[in-house]
Amino acid sequence: MAKNTYPTPMLDELESGPWPSFITGIKRLRDEHPDERINAVTNGLLGQLEHSYETRKGYWKGGTVSVYGYGGGIIPRFSEVGDAFPESKEFHTLRVQPPAGNFYTTDMLRQLGDSWEKWGSGLVTFHGQTGNIMFIGATTENTQHFFDEINEYGFDLGGAGPCVRTAMSCVGAARCEMSCAHEHGIQRWMVNNFTDDVHRPALPYKFKFKVSGCPNDCQNAIERSDFAIIGTWRDDMKVNQEEVKNYVQKKGRQYLIDNVISRCPTQAISLRDDDTIEVDNHNCVRCMHCLNVMPKALHPGDDRGVTILIGGKRTLKIGDLMGTVVVPFKKLETKEDYESLQEMAEDIIDFWAENGLEHERCGEMIERIGLVNFLEGIGIDVDPNMVSSPRQSSYARMDGWDEEAEKWFERKREEKQAASA
Amino acid sequence: MAQEMRSPIESGCPDGFQYMHPVMRKNYGQWAYHEDIRPGVLVHVSHNGDKIWTVRAGTQRILDLFTLRKLCDIGDEYGEGYIRFTIRSNIEYQLGDEAKVEPLIKKLEDEGFVVGGTRNSVTMISHTQGWLHCDIPGTDASGVVKSMMDELIGEFTSWDMPNRVHITTSCCQINCGGQGDIAINVQHTKPPKINHDLVSNVCERPSVVARCPVAAIRPALVNGKPSLEVDEKKCICCGACFPPCPPMQINDAEHSKLAIWVGGNHSNARGKPTFQKLVASGIPNNPPRWPEATAVVKKILKTYKENAKDWERMNDWIERVGWPRFFELTGLPFTKYHIDNWRGARNSLNASTHIRF
Repeated sequence: MAKNTYPTPMLDELESGPWPSFITGIKRLRDEHPDERINAVTNGLLGQLEHSYETRKGYWKGGTVSVYGYGGGIIPRFSEVGDAFPESKEFHTLRVQPPAGNFYTTDMLRQLGDSWEKWGSGLVTFHGQTGNIMFIGATTENTQHFFDEINEYGFDLGGAGPCVRTAMSCVGAARCEMSCAHEHGIQRWMVNNFTDDVHRPALPYKFKFKVSGCPNDCQNAIERSDFAIIGTWRDDMKVNQEEVKNYVQKKGRQYLIDNVISRCPTQAISLRDDDTIEVDNHNCVRCMHCLNVMPKALHPGDDRGVTILIGGKRTLKIGDLMGTVVVPFKKLETKEDYESLQEMAEDIIDFWAENGLEHERCGEMIERIGLVNFLEGIGIDVDPNMVSSPRQSSYARMDGWDEEAEKWFERKREEKQAASA
Repeated sequence: MAQEMRSPIESGCPDGFQYMHPVMRKNYGQWAYHEDIRPGVLVHVSHNGDKIWTVRAGTQRILDLFTLRKLCDIGDEYGEGYIRFTIRSNIEYQLGDEAKVEPLIKKLEDEGFVVGGTRNSVTMISHTQGWLHCDIPGTDASGVVKSMMDELIGEFTSWDMPNRVHITTSCCQINCGGQGDIAINVQHTKPPKINHDLVSNVCERPSVVARCPVAAIRPALVNGKPSLEVDEKKCICCGACFPPCPPMQINDAEHSKLAIWVGGNHSNARGKPTFQKLVASGIPNNPPRWPEATAVVKKILKTYKENAKDWERMNDWIERVGWPRFFELTGLPFTKYHIDNWRGARNSLNASTHIRF
């Protein structure tokens, strides 16, 4: 029990109400934890947070803290009001990469908790927006001790700063019938082949990989990652017509028409008179809506792979960008498939490291130089799936037209030969 | 270095399979369908008939060790020792035994956790660090979310929304919270106040100049010292200069407001993914409970719930009924600030006679 606790009248108001209160939790560490070090640091934290609530300002500043051998992975925090609240004046966060898919046993969570109890504040979040376990609140010295301890049993720091960041994937094939990819394997293959770029920040800015197993994109990859890998399929979706009939039986014909048939963005589904459906698979854009509504009746096809979209990011500096299609479809089955995906990521990161401005995300660079220059830089051919529509402005120089058209026909001939081989 | 230092093991991202429930390991990639049994509970059925139950609960996200251990105790005693966290920081327990579902729910609820957050509910608000740990926050995150979830808890534990609702908060205009059906974000309304005494010591001035999205910052000599100046007519008050240069004080107790945006959607279902759009601003940053922000969020949710059709996300609904109707139904004012003037803004203007009367 800390002897003299800072008063927290405003924070106390966050202890009422039915939702679990983080303030109550921090106070328990302050008042009930047997270790006086933890009592003190959480007391200081509450004091500073109350001061923020009263003045409506933040009082943390960054700095330079890392562990031996790495250049990043720690979010350094030094208090600007450390004289008033000295107990928490060094309060760094360690970003630790979670197991792919965010799976834990209670044993592993306890082990991590025990290590954190020895060296940190006792506060932890599963997980931050980038996808890391956030161990919040360690002194500069203890940062190293905590890392040494958890690193011995298989945990490593994530990225912070201008580097490849911790990757994320959805629950995927572990527990989802929509999964079209080996999400966790892809995540680990990609990010673990870039550990040097994760731990030693030397890129123009951050670079994120995210993997979603289907176009529902539960991992928010298109909008929140520079390199989005989204599972999809090329052949026909699977239709269990008996389950379709059961659905009509249960929900009614009008419900099916209003919520499935008429919601299809490309009008690719029609309802037959016997309450089965017909799907125009060539016109289906794999939006997932009908599969979401009828998970028992409709499933992805068997010829599965991924779509790659590049350049998603949040507001700073030129405004939000969605990732856009760079590879419409790629099989990911053999080791060679994975290696070629990795090579593509290496080419993209190298090109961006070479051509991106300081603090410029990959998507912003593409916006500045144009998609075609980017594609030529990384050696990928143009494809109509990359655009919502062709160019609208006639103000463009096109004196290479004949050569470019021939390239297209040549590619089509090769595809035809490959298909017939 | 005098003391020998331990070299890191660069193991990177750990394999999740070792921590995965055995039924999930066995049926990896073999799931046939799922059913939603009640809010917060799913059952996934494998092609071979195996089943895995998931119980999802909301927590305070900033977990103290007591709470973490309590969640583990519950997982050992009432679950099967396997846990997963969703990307919105909900905790999920996986169960191979259906008989354990109800006792687990009861235990979680007895201990103050909130079972729900699946399907067409308002799930946990995705949020950032705020005053608790960020170096550039305009507001708190955990406190805003706690206050809001206290009022939205009934929507977390039920399935009364037309489709799922993802809410996000962000404590500065970089908007780390991300896109949401509803997003509550800090919106600064005044240019930074510059502490000229500190600029030359702590800021790399060319980097700060380069960071400004509208080229409103230039180097200047102030009181004989190298500093920076802001063209206040050009400044959009975004705060992008503050992270690389803390003397560019953008956070202001009075003038840093909250704004509310709607219609962000990451999914490709039906339409393509969408960005959120501004609907309300000028909301006071009012700790400890931010009642004004919660009131606007509740008004938008009520209107959406009463007017949208099944399966329509916020953006789908507004696209169907149109923005004039959205402002009419919610009673929110439409102002000159709603009309975009950023790059590509012309694409958001109505170049047609499509007008609803």
